[in-house]
Amino acid sequence: METESVRSGNSSYVSHRSHRSRDKHRDRERKRRSRDHNHSSSLLKADRSVTIQTPPHSTTGGGDGEDGEEVIEVQILPQDDNWGDNTTAITGTSEQTSMEDISRMAKDMEDSIGLGSIQHLGVVIATMLSLFAFLTPIAFVVLPLVLWKETLDPCNTVCHGLFISFAFKLLILLIGAWALFFRRPRVVMPRVFVFRSMIMALVFVYTLSYWLFYGVRVLDERPSNYQDIVQYAVSLVDALLFIHYLAVILIELRHLRPQFIVKVVRNTDGENRFYHVGQFSIQRAAVWLLEQYYRDFPPYNPALMHIPTRAPKQLTGFKFYDVDGNPGNASSGQTRAMIAAAGRRHESIHKERYYEEQEYERRVKKRRVRFVCATEEAFTHIKRLSEERGPAVPMDPHEAAQAIFPAFARPMQKYLRVTKQQPYHTMDSILKHLAFCIVHDCTPKAFLERYLTPGPSIQNESEIHKKQKWTLVSDLPLHNSLEPGMSFALREQSFSLLVTVMRIPTIKLKEDYQDPKSNKFVLRLQSETSV
Amino acid sequence: MAAGSPIGGIPCLLIEIVKEPVGGSAGLGFSIGGGIDQDASRNPWAPDDTGIFVTNVMPDGPAARAGLNPGDKILQANGYDLTMATHKDAIKYLTKKKEQVIRLKIFRPDILRTRGNPAM
Repeated sequence: METESVRSGNSSYVSHRSHRSRDKHRDRERKRRSRDHNHSSSLLKADRSVTIQTPPHSTTGGGDGEDGEEVIEVQILPQDDNWGDNTTAITGTSEQTSMEDISRMAKDMEDSIGLGSIQHLGVVIATMLSLFAFLTPIAFVVLPLVLWKETLDPCNTVCHGLFISFAFKLLILLIGAWALFFRRPRVVMPRVFVFRSMIMALVFVYTLSYWLFYGVRVLDERPSNYQDIVQYAVSLVDALLFIHYLAVILIELRHLRPQFIVKVVRNTDGENRFYHVGQFSIQRAAVWLLEQYYRDFPPYNPALMHIPTRAPKQLTGFKFYDVDGNPGNASSGQTRAMIAAAGRRHESIHKERYYEEQEYERRVKKRRVRFVCATEEAFTHIKRLSEERGPAVPMDPHEAAQAIFPAFARPMQKYLRVTKQQPYHTMDSILKHLAFCIVHDCTPKAFLERYLTPGPSIQNESEIHKKQKWTLVSDLPLHNSLEPGMSFALREQSFSLLVTVMRIPTIKLKEDYQDPKSNKFVLRLQSETSV
Repeated sequence: MAAGSPIGGIPCLLIEIVKEPVGGSAGLGFSIGGGIDQDASRNPWAPDDTGIFVTNVMPDGPAARAGLNPGDKILQANGYDLTMATHKDAIKYLTKKKEQVIRLKIFRPDILRTRGNPAM
């Protein structure tokens, strides 16, 4: 059970890492609990052996130098101690089940609250802190004017110059912060965003220290030199600008230089892509990859997993009849025959599969050609009013779309059904797209590209309007930077994306000079050799 | 080598050259061109003939003294057939180090008018 105590420590750590709750307090509590558990177990390890001394008794029989005392040493086996220790973990599995309950509760809580305040806590804190930091220099400058205007020196040229620079720097800070940080949070990350919290902590510390100094030196002493106060405020604005620069470097620029190549495979149908990725932590890399996923991957169509067969032929199991009625050889003969039949069945399965796939492709091609022809013909019925001579009935694009749609509606429906795309395209969406294409003078080919090739996932609007829930599954803490050889998974409801990280090889580039005069050639049609 | 009527053969001339190896060269004193892997259409003496031809004979060399002329087609060298040989193979046969004397069977267009005995 020594191992048990060790393992329980490990498993609590594992659960800490895999726990997906967004509440930081719960993490800290569990850390404290596991620490207590380890501490208590270490205390008990101290006294393991007990010495028992039996009282000396006289020996009645022979006594050839036997010791009068008997010392019995008893060692309490360590397993007995920890057997009762089951504060948070007895075995790994039980710990996991308890954690699953908690994570399930957390999920329910999230669902009930919706976009609860818990998720956006980080963003809210950040905005309030930055606002506070922004208003601080203004407060520094304004407070003396409000509080002890009478005793202040009048502002001379240097002071005015400082005011101007102060105003402009504040303006630049405002524009920079707005340009970079004022965005709708599209992403909700499971763990705290390290760089952002670091920057926020820095801002907080700066502002606090400046306020401290200001409170002690300025508000208490009330110096009359206003220029110094303005200079002090300008120095705070400078510091804030530098923090802004640091934020730009850490949050925006650091990950732009590619360092790894990442392979993303979808586990259901094998779609894979490779991406260049810079220095990222796991969770930020996951976010970035998901953004690329919506652009690059075709939507997962579970109906396309099985090639539809026209006539499902099931090869039933073969029945074996024993002609000779010999019970002895029956089993061996049967098994051999079964293996042979299974082998033959395998071959016929290959053949059937091959011909089914061929048949399917032929059908798709036939329907596609009919669809394309019908669409092209339908598009010839429509012309712009300005190009048409003679009597005409003007229609707006939507009516025009409705007018020509029935011409290719049926081949389109058959094609979509064969390629299992019909849930993605409703009639409304098709008509809207058709009207759009007509307005912009699209050729039939431009109109058809949307249906002939499955575009990226983001084209299916019906799925995008609801919030996309992804789960990041990783056995390493999410703050770790990417390392080559690392892999994690992004799970969605019906499929998951498996991500593997590989390092870009260090390239050693050498210089070699090729003299253009060395590019001389001779014709070698008749080679002459002297002998 | 009596002069008889050729029974399905080509009249050829027998020339013996004694090698005088000087430095790196094999010492025969002539240059050859041609071969089945070469472009035969540029052959100045017999276009579209892929045989081995003597293109150049060095003056006062062993080949010149033996009576080799430019334009001679080499049919055989020491028993090795050169009518269907690549350029490299021909050079190999001609420059074998073990052989000091090379016996060539050559063909000239005006072979019947030369002074040597036509051989088979």
